[in-house]
Amino acid sequence: HKYLFIFTEEINFTAILTSPSISPLRHSPWGKKMAARIHGGAGAGAATALSTFNPKKLVAPSRTNLPAARSSKRCIVAAAGSDASKSLRVGHSQKLIANAAVATKAETSATTGTGHELLLFEALQEGLEEEMDRDPHVCVMGEDVGHYGGSYKVTKGLADKFGDLRVLDTPICENAFTGMGIGAAMTGLRPVIEGMNMGFLLLAFNQISNNCGMLHYTSGGQFTIPVVIRGPGGVGRQLGAEHSQRLESYFQSIPGIQMVACSTPYNAKGLMKAAIRSENPVILFEHVLLYNLKEKIPDEEYICNLEEAEMVRPGEHITILTYSRMRYHVMQAAKTLVNKGYDPEVIDIRSLKPFDLYTIGNSVKKTHRVLIVEECMRTGGIGASLTAAINENFHDYLDAPVMCLSSQDVPTPYAGTLEEWTVVQPAQIVTAVEQLCQ
Amino acid sequence: MCLCRTLLIQQIRGSSNAILVKEKKPTNSLLITKEEGLVLYEDMILGRSFEDMCAQMYYRGKMFGFVHLYNGQEAVSTGFIKLLTKSDSVVSTYRDHVHALSKGVSARAVMSELFGKVTGCCRGQGGSMHMFSKEHNMLGGFAFIGEGIPVATGAAFTSKYKREVLKQDCDDVTVAFFGDGTCNNGQFYECLNIAALYKLPIIFVVENNLWAIGMSHLRSTSDPEIWKKGPAFGMPGVHVDGMDVLKVREVAKEAVTRARRGEGPTLVECETYRFRGHSLADPDELRDAAEKAKYAARDTITALKKYLIENKLANEGELKKIDDLVEEAVEFADASPQPGRSQLLENVFADPKGFGIGPDGRYRCEDPKFTEGTAQV
Repeated sequence: HKYLFIFTEEINFTAILTSPSISPLRHSPWGKKMAARIHGGAGAGAATALSTFNPKKLVAPSRTNLPAARSSKRCIVAAAGSDASKSLRVGHSQKLIANAAVATKAETSATTGTGHELLLFEALQEGLEEEMDRDPHVCVMGEDVGHYGGSYKVTKGLADKFGDLRVLDTPICENAFTGMGIGAAMTGLRPVIEGMNMGFLLLAFNQISNNCGMLHYTSGGQFTIPVVIRGPGGVGRQLGAEHSQRLESYFQSIPGIQMVACSTPYNAKGLMKAAIRSENPVILFEHVLLYNLKEKIPDEEYICNLEEAEMVRPGEHITILTYSRMRYHVMQAAKTLVNKGYDPEVIDIRSLKPFDLYTIGNSVKKTHRVLIVEECMRTGGIGASLTAAINENFHDYLDAPVMCLSSQDVPTPYAGTLEEWTVVQPAQIVTAVEQLCQ
Repeated sequence: MCLCRTLLIQQIRGSSNAILVKEKKPTNSLLITKEEGLVLYEDMILGRSFEDMCAQMYYRGKMFGFVHLYNGQEAVSTGFIKLLTKSDSVVSTYRDHVHALSKGVSARAVMSELFGKVTGCCRGQGGSMHMFSKEHNMLGGFAFIGEGIPVATGAAFTSKYKREVLKQDCDDVTVAFFGDGTCNNGQFYECLNIAALYKLPIIFVVENNLWAIGMSHLRSTSDPEIWKKGPAFGMPGVHVDGMDVLKVREVAKEAVTRARRGEGPTLVECETYRFRGHSLADPDELRDAAEKAKYAARDTITALKKYLIENKLANEGELKKIDDLVEEAVEFADASPQPGRSQLLENVFADPKGFGIGPDGRYRCEDPKFTEGTAQV
């Protein structure tokens, strides 16, 4: 399977993992140089894993069936309507929301070959555009989302199609335009608010915490706030401390909001659509380094379930829980681990708040060992909360303490070497699994 | 006050930024009809009686926490809100009881909310500082100063969006009320910029009562004339005597009409005064007795009463007090039940699936304990 990592123009590094089959980039001089670099052993992460890459061993992400019977045969969606209340039970949601974890048996255009290939940022754009076509109340607001097309091109072309009011270029005032989005949501619109970088939303904390999270409650249920707050976050390539923040740590305690993190073009589009349709305020975390991931996604419409985790690779020996960019470091480590004889189960938790304790719990009950790999800092991150939740709910099933690999509690340094040491690398993941599985 | 002078906002042609505020010569035509006069009077009297009752109830232990009373400022609320329709929106601060009442929320609902009862406008979940009403488009009630202004800007944005994108017939305006202290806050300036930039149908009303708890406006503000800040952003800035409901109403008419016509926002600074402390917990020792006496002499209710009688619009008998309405509200609130445990987890999410999936595979909101309010979420 192909994973293409191309970082944004600001960053001049490309890591290419390709199967022997054709990748357009390999034929470019740049691509060839990079490919040679990778296969020569240099590059990010555990180089050893790359030389022993076996595509057949890795199961397609977001296409795997859970052992528990899920008989969804269709990957089509219905908007949450009156049906939703009748069958909320996970696993019986066939007619409702497509569960990405269910799709191996389902025949979608992507699996039957037609589908269409696109990059993650394009998938986000497609999801957004489809929802804007579907409902004229959906609008976008943020800095440079309109004429500029979005600093990561997620809203490219939308202002031309929908106009300057529906795709609103705001001045630089996060607190005010986030609050404006909230006020608009209270009065009938469905804004998608973009933080150019998630870190900038620190300036909107007042609005996100007090108004976004709380107004539905303090108004006694009178006003709903169906906003989507989205943007890129996470550690990039030498972007410096302030542009490399993980806001999910800070927002997770806010009551009344949901948080999801996308990691593939498939779930990016699905989560974007689900978030827009949700009546709850949803914060969608994208990652700066994942925008150029390429994948084939179905032609037919689908959405992903906001509250469910995604089974990336079923296994028996250990449960590895991760999300966003760290998923790829985990999968890279998984290759090494498989060659060493381990069988890790990898779950992309996707829903950072609330946690899908069903998928996670089933896995823990099977493997009895948990490793959490996250990009948040050690202190107070999603991993810290998840560790607590697992200990609380599944203590009896654990054969070893829950281990959590997080980023160092340091402001992300600019220097490349230092930056690499602040985030979790595949080699550390391999060591941790070996340790846990002793 | 037998002849009311009006402040007019005039724009100098060719320059949308520079605004002249002129005083019109007194005329003999009256500013209001009898009906309008009675509406204004009743609204202000309701506000005053209600707040006085709040003070009593607080000291009797019927309500708790931070309660901020509006006594003295009624002219601003009545002057503006009585010009609005039901679909216009109002955004306020923690000093919001009277704004809610003027907008049409029943005294019963507000009093019950203050008592923390289930029949309160927010089911007892908001309290004094969070008066909301979807029916009357009262968009809150905010505890932190300034945080309501962006929300008001958003409501105004929706109005413009409905007109221009959804092609609906919508000329709803939003009125945002806030104090002098807020005018040093970033959110205020950010929203002035946004509103003027997008020509939003919003009126920013500064209730300048000269004090932010114990901080005098003059000690905290480099240029204390707040109305001047409007033209800096490209909107008219007006200063009006906030102790005179008829003057406020004249200015409000102009500002609301501007907004409805799509001409954009207005900043109105109302010079007003709160007769009581910042909140019921404030001993109010810093303010000068002479200052308080000066403003007490300009009590808007007394002034309007005098105006109505002198201009033969009403007589004493018609200007009766409306204590019964407020007393009835207290009785109703007293008799109402407290919220049950089942209410704890409701309303956190509009879609309670947001509490997620539990270890047993069911959504937590499907757990019967959820509706009982005892579920582990």
